[in-house]
Amino acid sequence: MSERILMQGNDAIARGLVAAGCAVAASYPGTPASEILSSIDRWRKKFGATMHVEWAVNEKVALEIAYTAAIAGLRAAVSMKQVGLNVASDPLLSAAYLGVTGGFLVVSADDPGPHSSQTEQDSRLLAMMAKVPVLDPSSPAQAMALAGTGFDLSEAFGVPVMLRPTTRVCHASQDVVAAPFRPAVREARFVKDPARWAATPVFRRELHDRLAEKIETIAAWPATVPIRVNPDISPAKAVVASGVAFAHARELFGELGISDRIALYQVVQPYPLHAAFIDHLLEAYTEILVLEESAPVIEMQVADRRRVRGRMTGAVPGTGELLPEIVERLLSRFAGLPLPGRALSAQGGGRRPTLCPGCAHRSGFYAIRKAAPDGIYPSDIGCYTLGINLGAVDTVLCMGAAISQAAGFDYAHRLSGKQVDIIATIGDSTFYHAGIPPLIDAVVQGARFVLVILDNGTTAMTGNQPTPGTGIGAGGETLGSVDMEGIVRACGVRFCRTANPDRLPEFVALLKEALVHARERGVAVVIARQPCAMVARLHGGKESGAIVITAECTGCRHCVGRFECPALVFDEAAERVRVDGMTCTGCGVCVHVCPVGAIRRESAGGKRP
Amino acid sequence: MNAGFGGSPGMRQQIVLSGFGGQGILFLSRLLAEAAIAGGFPVLTSETHGMAQRGGVVVSHLKVGGFYSPLVRAGRADMLLVLKEENVPLHREFLADGGALIVNAPLPPDAGPGVRVHALDADALALSAGAPHAVNLILLGFALARIGGGAAGGFFCAAGEVREALSRRQGGGGGRLGDALSALDLGIAHGT
Repeated sequence: MSERILMQGNDAIARGLVAAGCAVAASYPGTPASEILSSIDRWRKKFGATMHVEWAVNEKVALEIAYTAAIAGLRAAVSMKQVGLNVASDPLLSAAYLGVTGGFLVVSADDPGPHSSQTEQDSRLLAMMAKVPVLDPSSPAQAMALAGTGFDLSEAFGVPVMLRPTTRVCHASQDVVAAPFRPAVREARFVKDPARWAATPVFRRELHDRLAEKIETIAAWPATVPIRVNPDISPAKAVVASGVAFAHARELFGELGISDRIALYQVVQPYPLHAAFIDHLLEAYTEILVLEESAPVIEMQVADRRRVRGRMTGAVPGTGELLPEIVERLLSRFAGLPLPGRALSAQGGGRRPTLCPGCAHRSGFYAIRKAAPDGIYPSDIGCYTLGINLGAVDTVLCMGAAISQAAGFDYAHRLSGKQVDIIATIGDSTFYHAGIPPLIDAVVQGARFVLVILDNGTTAMTGNQPTPGTGIGAGGETLGSVDMEGIVRACGVRFCRTANPDRLPEFVALLKEALVHARERGVAVVIARQPCAMVARLHGGKESGAIVITAECTGCRHCVGRFECPALVFDEAAERVRVDGMTCTGCGVCVHVCPVGAIRRESAGGKRP
Repeated sequence: MNAGFGGSPGMRQQIVLSGFGGQGILFLSRLLAEAAIAGGFPVLTSETHGMAQRGGVVVSHLKVGGFYSPLVRAGRADMLLVLKEENVPLHREFLADGGALIVNAPLPPDAGPGVRVHALDADALALSAGAPHAVNLILLGFALARIGGGAAGGFFCAAGEVREALSRRQGGGGGRLGDALSALDLGIAHGT
């Protein structure tokens, strides 16, 4: 069986994990890693494998659950995006000291660019800080293979291992031969050893010594030594590359015709870099160009500064994605070839993303600006970050920060004797992920703001994964669920009301009531509950009665500017608005937005414009 | 490099697909990738996910034949398929000299020298066919028919191979497959 099938990088990673006997997998969704867990569940079902697969409440919890399975002797994996690794860094750094008995893989997907992230940080640096080995695949096929290699490495040395793909691996697709499934035949068996699993500081020092020894040995592990692409030549120059930068380089070596003049190596394990490889590089070559994303992890381990060129020396741009056009210029310069004349392709610009037509977040944001026109609007990570287009998002820092920032703005302004209206927004999934501790803190400190929880019953931005409120598991199975209002009240919030933001006039009135409470008595929470329009579109049709623009439209652009629904299109020639029948969901919220009442719903059965 | 049967050895083709989130760019690139595998070619694609999928600019790269990098460099694409005309200035740079621009537009836009432009008003066709979400397949059908498949300078595959890939993808037939095939055929009819 060597049938080649199309697999996305994330699907290939999932296949590699399940095929290698992964028994426990946990994740929190985040681009570019989101598809890994749902694929794991598909492969689990396909093979009838016995597994625990879960969407955890956040990355820290996910890592702890998978890690614990690995200290009970099972193979386990956790997957997340790179900023999720920040959330999970606390258990990771400690887990490196304690180690594992079953194989434990931390899949942290980086996003050089960044394309869909707050930062373009390099998870490999965190692996280095934690002293865990990290593998850096250059393609979906290699990512699948390294999932198995990673488990072997983890078990050979009893350490957590990081697999670090980037967006261009996760969201590349390739024809691959799927890794054969090897059924796991292990039983969970936790062997008590408090000096290790509950180590106090005095034992931690010893564990640190042991970890350092492991890393030294892993720097000689044969299965992950760098790969020489063109071993038959002995040139003075070498290119050392990893990840997708290696894939670009390998293709360009052929196109530029430099395979017979410059040595090309792929580093599969950037940390710890193989010690003999470092010696070899410094013995054999006078000039070494390092291509890697996004930090100089390999480069900084090659100690001779006179021979190495890379991001630290300025030879390679210090920030941003290493697009193939950039790699072409770098290789041409390194090889002494004329630089390519053509400029970089214009990849930026163009139409900006926007909330979907029929999305209830749009109603919520419109209402927030109506209720508190001079307010400060902290927000958070999710689709609703796009509320920035509507002027209703002033800050976005990281998961859960909307609530702490709302409190912070209140304290800062209070010190200056100022009272400002503050309305923070956070999605349901983000609230569960990191919103509860800051809400407790705000109540205790007596912060004065309104928190709107945009509860669309899903993790929409990353592909509609379930939340702890939905009672549905990673494979669609029925699970327990939590009660959002109950959590809010248990945090000590006295004002907690739930409403549908699409009922615009009533929702504005509710926000005003909440603002009065916040000014006088502290945190008020309004839960804006309406299902995600993307989910609703899959399950139901449009409301009856088309939305039409009457002759009263003055072309004032209030609706297109402040409401920004893709289905409301400004017709420049006619100087008025029209409804795009291809995208309008018929939600009818815009009827309440037009200042002159020119947007109406036709009676049911009426003809569409 | 290539395994044989449908494919001509040494064939290499680079295609860029451009549109807005929600138009089904990802679907098109995966469909073509599966047609490539069925034809015996190695294939690499690169997709856009995340926030851009909420109506922003979305681009897919498709490389058929012996490649390692999943990305098409500027000036290297044999074909650029554009589902929204306003993306033409953004992604025109991908096209190689003599490359083909296939664009969803009522009139052929100015794409500068050295580009073969083929325009079709797929929005209007989709609306009149009562299938507003089928713009992607209509334009693909048009491109396959207009550029031609299987021969030198043409697509790496013929329209029939894409039809087969579509049937496999929407396995089991039914209304969705029928609708999809009708959209593809509508495009083919306008490109012939």
